[in-house]
Amino acid sequence: MKLTGSEIFIECLKREGVKTIFALPGGVVLKIFDMLHQQKDLEVILTRHEQGAGHMAEGYAKATGKAGVCLVTSGPGMTNVITALADAYMDSVPLVCFSGQVPTSLIGNDAFQEADNIGLSRPCTKYNFLVKDVNDLATTIKEAFYIATTGRPGPVLVDIPKDVSMAKTEFTYPSSVAIRGYNPTYEGNKWQIKQAAEAIMKAKKPILYVGGGVVFSGASKELLELAEMTQIPVDMTLMGLGAFPGEHPQSMGMLGMHGTYCANMAVHYSDLVIAVGARFDDRVTGKVSEFCPYAKVIHIDIDPTSIRKNVHVDIPIVGDCKAVLRELIQILKATVNGDQRELRKPWWDQIREWQQAHPLAYQQEPEGAIKPQHVIKRLYELTKDRDPIVSTDVGQHQMWTAQYFKLAKPNRWLTSGGLGTMGFGFPAAMGAQAAFRNRLVLCVAGDGSVQMNMQEMATAVVSKLPVKVIILNNRFHGMVRQWQDLFYEGRYASSYLDTTPDFVKLAEAYGAVGLRANNVGELDAVLKAAIETDKPVVVDVPTYPYENCYPMIPAGGCNHEMILEDPPELKKKQSGVPGTGSTEDKDTILTA
Amino acid sequence: MEHIIAVTVENKFGVLSRVAGLFSGRGFNIESLSVAPTLDPSMSQMTIVTSGDDRIVEQIVKQLNKLIDVIKVVDLNESEFVSRETALIKVHTKAEDRAEALRIADIFRANVVDSTPSTYTIEVTGDPKKIEAIINLLQPLGIKELIRTGRVAIAREAIRPAVSQPKKVARE
Repeated sequence: MKLTGSEIFIECLKREGVKTIFALPGGVVLKIFDMLHQQKDLEVILTRHEQGAGHMAEGYAKATGKAGVCLVTSGPGMTNVITALADAYMDSVPLVCFSGQVPTSLIGNDAFQEADNIGLSRPCTKYNFLVKDVNDLATTIKEAFYIATTGRPGPVLVDIPKDVSMAKTEFTYPSSVAIRGYNPTYEGNKWQIKQAAEAIMKAKKPILYVGGGVVFSGASKELLELAEMTQIPVDMTLMGLGAFPGEHPQSMGMLGMHGTYCANMAVHYSDLVIAVGARFDDRVTGKVSEFCPYAKVIHIDIDPTSIRKNVHVDIPIVGDCKAVLRELIQILKATVNGDQRELRKPWWDQIREWQQAHPLAYQQEPEGAIKPQHVIKRLYELTKDRDPIVSTDVGQHQMWTAQYFKLAKPNRWLTSGGLGTMGFGFPAAMGAQAAFRNRLVLCVAGDGSVQMNMQEMATAVVSKLPVKVIILNNRFHGMVRQWQDLFYEGRYASSYLDTTPDFVKLAEAYGAVGLRANNVGELDAVLKAAIETDKPVVVDVPTYPYENCYPMIPAGGCNHEMILEDPPELKKKQSGVPGTGSTEDKDTILTA
Repeated sequence: MEHIIAVTVENKFGVLSRVAGLFSGRGFNIESLSVAPTLDPSMSQMTIVTSGDDRIVEQIVKQLNKLIDVIKVVDLNESEFVSRETALIKVHTKAEDRAEALRIADIFRANVVDSTPSTYTIEVTGDPKKIEAIINLLQPLGIKELIRTGRVAIAREAIRPAVSQPKKVARE
């Protein structure tokens, strides 16, 4: 039977097991939307902005481990979704984005709502396709899902001209994919893995440095087994949070620019760094030439380009984290002898000393302004039994959540690591909620970043996605203000948000629930009320505006040289200004 | 250091810009690039001349390999190779210079492929040094126009020592 391009599109999505797509229509994709409208088992979540659709698909993918799918129209639809594609590319999120294109006869004619979608998306996708012939559509979609989800995952764009979605052809879905230039390596080189095992056995001060690759390859179980068997401490990157249980005694928490003192000291003084599914981002390494100066480096990654890109690697292993860790565990099982705990005791003594010297800490005065860390800590304690999914935007609140919200399992952490996209958190949380309707999904946001995709509150209300948005409201672009305090002599150039809206009223305007915690005493009750509500909720928490996120390694600094608290002159300055960040304080804030 | 990289790619639209975009997006330099289909028309062969230290060249080779349309990448500097470039040089030739132009062409085994009363177009093939040399010699006559192809290169076949091998006995 002959099907139109639009019908083929829908058949292909069904064969790929897609249940939900995030979309916004436009002229050239109307035929596809018309077909989608007639489907019962494909849910279309209509977003208010294409960037929202892209981030929702990312959130869906990060929470489920499957490809997220979004559909946008040509021209402005495509340009709007680019930020989400770039974000997914940096964080290796499996995503398939379908864009509409003007009819093939008009391509290149500067037609209405035409953009060079292939050219625009090339630098920020793993691969992209322009389907010029309806006969290629099914194969292309199959290949798109295959490329997005295999090897190092990433976003793939499929550009479908209007006439292709209208044209008819015989439908056959290919059973397999063969692309001669694309053959990801899954099994690691056995000899190299043996070398790694030997290095681990010899090391006195080893450290596991794990990233998002462990989450994507589903290697958390293997990681736990390896860590416990060898008694090696575990540092996680921002993307790797949840890959290893946050409350496990071997967890050092996050490393890098705002990582824990202990995690950074451990990596600096270690004699063997075992990097698993991590890419030595500059936010982790600091000054590359002085990163882990005493260590041999083992690097396990499915992407050969990640290896030796930033740092010297002694034992490179290209392969899937899960497969390589399994193999490594097999070898170590046969060779590990003696009590590892006893063997590693001097190293662990040192680590405990570091942990005790500078634990993560803040001071919450019972009558004082609410400290942002306290909000995260309470949120964690109140929700940890419910195994929540947590998303964040980008900024200070993101780092505090990374520090204080100790995730137990993978696929619970949605954050924009590589691109640092403000506005990511709220739509990403909605994507995860669309995948898991009955789970608790939290979004920690800043008052600055949440406004970047606030319009999606309408989507959350209409699509019944009861995401809980907790806004740490300090009336600043907080991270910018922190840098200005530390490196620009406190000149708050364009970081003070003068007219922050009333978020409670804003939530209510959209038909969601708005709550506010006016002081520390109200915090718990308000958070509990939010968690118990079955609607989307915005919790506005005015926080102490001058709180800075520590530890901090200044950009280009060395990992063991962390700033641990505000310098004295800054402390003095802060003690002289009001603490709630209300509008009345504006003059004092800006002249302080 | 200069490296010549041979890249076999899918012969599809947009592949050239993917490769070129990789270089520009990551700040690698392309000194010359030439592309044409191979014996198998579904594939094209690119010869890319680039430069960088070992670390950069390793990244270039790995990043090229990562592109989905790239089928094979060979850094020719890792073995012996032959490389050639062709130039077409249009020289002004006053009556008294015409013989001189022909003599220079002859020295370099170059051919005159077009001729007018006032110009010769000379075709020369060789390594870049040879092309530089002929350009230098022709310059005093006055070069009107010059076009170079960029280099193409191919690995030298390894010469196997001529060991006498036991002859295979035919079955039939």
